[in-house]
Amino acid sequence: METINGVGVSPGRVIGPVLQMPPPVQEPAPSEKLDPEQTVDQETQRLKTAATAVQAELKSRAATATGDAVGVLEATSQMAADPMLLKAAGNFISTQQHSAERAVWDAGEQVAETLKGLGGYMAERAADVLDVRARIVAELRGMPAPGIPVSDTPFILAAQDLAPADTATLDPAVVVGLATSSGGPQSHTAILARALGLPAAVAARGVDRIADGSEVYLDGATGEVITSPDDVLEAKVQTWREQSASLTAFEAPATTADGHHVPLLANVGNPEDAAAAAAAGAEGVGLLRTEFCFLGRDTEPDHQEQVEQYRAIFDAFAGCKVVIRTLDAGADKPLPFLTNTDEPNPALGVRGFRTDMTSPGVLERQLTAIAAAAEGSEAEVWVMAPMISTRDETAAFAALCRANGLKTPGIMVEVPSAAVVAGQLLEKADFASLGTNDLTQYTMAADRQVGELAGLNDPWQPAVLRLVDMTVDGGKAAGGQHPKPVGVCGEAAADPALAVVMAGLGVSTLSMTARALGTVATVLKSVTLSEAQDIAAEAAAQPTAAATKEAARSRLPVLDELGL
Amino acid sequence: MPERTVTVASKVGLHARPASLFVDAATEQPVDITIELQGGDALDASSILSIMSLGASHGDVVVLRAEGAEADDSLDRLVKILETDHDAE
Repeated sequence: METINGVGVSPGRVIGPVLQMPPPVQEPAPSEKLDPEQTVDQETQRLKTAATAVQAELKSRAATATGDAVGVLEATSQMAADPMLLKAAGNFISTQQHSAERAVWDAGEQVAETLKGLGGYMAERAADVLDVRARIVAELRGMPAPGIPVSDTPFILAAQDLAPADTATLDPAVVVGLATSSGGPQSHTAILARALGLPAAVAARGVDRIADGSEVYLDGATGEVITSPDDVLEAKVQTWREQSASLTAFEAPATTADGHHVPLLANVGNPEDAAAAAAAGAEGVGLLRTEFCFLGRDTEPDHQEQVEQYRAIFDAFAGCKVVIRTLDAGADKPLPFLTNTDEPNPALGVRGFRTDMTSPGVLERQLTAIAAAAEGSEAEVWVMAPMISTRDETAAFAALCRANGLKTPGIMVEVPSAAVVAGQLLEKADFASLGTNDLTQYTMAADRQVGELAGLNDPWQPAVLRLVDMTVDGGKAAGGQHPKPVGVCGEAAADPALAVVMAGLGVSTLSMTARALGTVATVLKSVTLSEAQDIAAEAAAQPTAAATKEAARSRLPVLDELGL
Repeated sequence: MPERTVTVASKVGLHARPASLFVDAATEQPVDITIELQGGDALDASSILSIMSLGASHGDVVVLRAEGAEADDSLDRLVKILETDHDAE
């Protein structure tokens, strides 16, 4: 038995065989020529054979896939043996004597650039062409195809780190756990694992070197990965199975041990999420992301279309609060009709509410549609804008909401400036919601996607807790007798220990992935409000992220009892 | 040279699944077929990348051309596909 200690990011214990994510396909050297023993015709034939094999492989996967994946796989399988792509590659072989690998690399680049130039839907397909290109190169080299390994039996996926594109194709019926050697608690791997309820450990150095097929034990709470597990570990998995069944159940209202109500809401990104969240018993929606309505399109959805989409979600939460966030696009999540994609620093660029400066009208039309959808619905609709940093922006957004008949405008607190002067901002708005993922990345100036910075990018950082505290204070200062509510809708709310700290700091609602509701409710129930306040005060006074976390966890014995 | 003028029936245009079905059918034909938007460049109908870059939307008029003994039969088969809204099935 060998133990690798990583960071647990999604609780759960599981034993299974490891399959490694193949490394990304490396670009062939620009000078790579065809083997002098090979003729141009032979090399072209070698390319065709590889392309046909890739096409057949994708086609067979399309045959067993379901839903949207079928169309995507069918189209990419056709791209693999596309006459235009192969002709361009064939030209590189005959005119430049390039190897088949280099030729198809350049041909794919050319085609992808053409598609990008067309914009919109075509530009998004450029990624498919590059994927197909990588597959053909892997096939030519006799290497495993890039992407999540295909397997009929369940396995634990090990990798250096996972990209958003990899996680999108992950099938939770087959992948039963995730272990990465880099990455942090806010990485895509971590967010996806929590959303799917998959046990996961990140920053577990060495997991990317475990041989395919080796059995390992994975504990997503402690971050341990242990090879050749024994009976003791087997028993721990069994205990988790029994306990987790009771943890997934959630019954509203969520309270502390002394009955203080902390509504647990759900983060929702589309109508399917909303249905799942309602079924899980969420007390409302704390973050309704509206991007689903806008992504993958060349033009803005029209009024009626938006009204119908929003209304469907409001209807799933009759009698409950639904906090809807206006469009949050930026260079990192581009929309052809709204964003400029060549900003040097997308996280600090024109995004969120700021796009209203560069593309006025889109936001107001969205607000009109939200108001129309809210009209006559039984949900209590609140609206908030992302990426607010000043009081002027707050006032402008609130005025726009009220002019459209939306009575409860609020702001996301993601930019540190908004937390620091929350009192002034909340004089102009009715509530604030802490987006802890972005708040952490902006406070620590550490990109969420950079694995090496995982230690900085941790919501347990004392500076982040201090900003949460300042925002709550701002709500009190601006509201007087009736403090303006401050909620949390970031990943922090799904961490049961951090959820207790947030409640203790005075956060009034917690919004999370629906799967976390039962766990957070169970842990919240184990303390009184004044205990939570003590724990929060003690944690917030610590000098390091590790110390704040330890201070909170040591006061919450229920976490260890439940394997969380 | 035999040719056909067709209006694209698919609601999503010649994208995604309708484009895949069309390319599959074009590849199966014994003759080479081209497709163009009225007044545009003629592109290889058996290339998904060409079809995608054509960017034909619902209601656009396209022209198909082919040469050879079985050109007429082949063109008729492809016309049928373009005239169907596959999402409505």
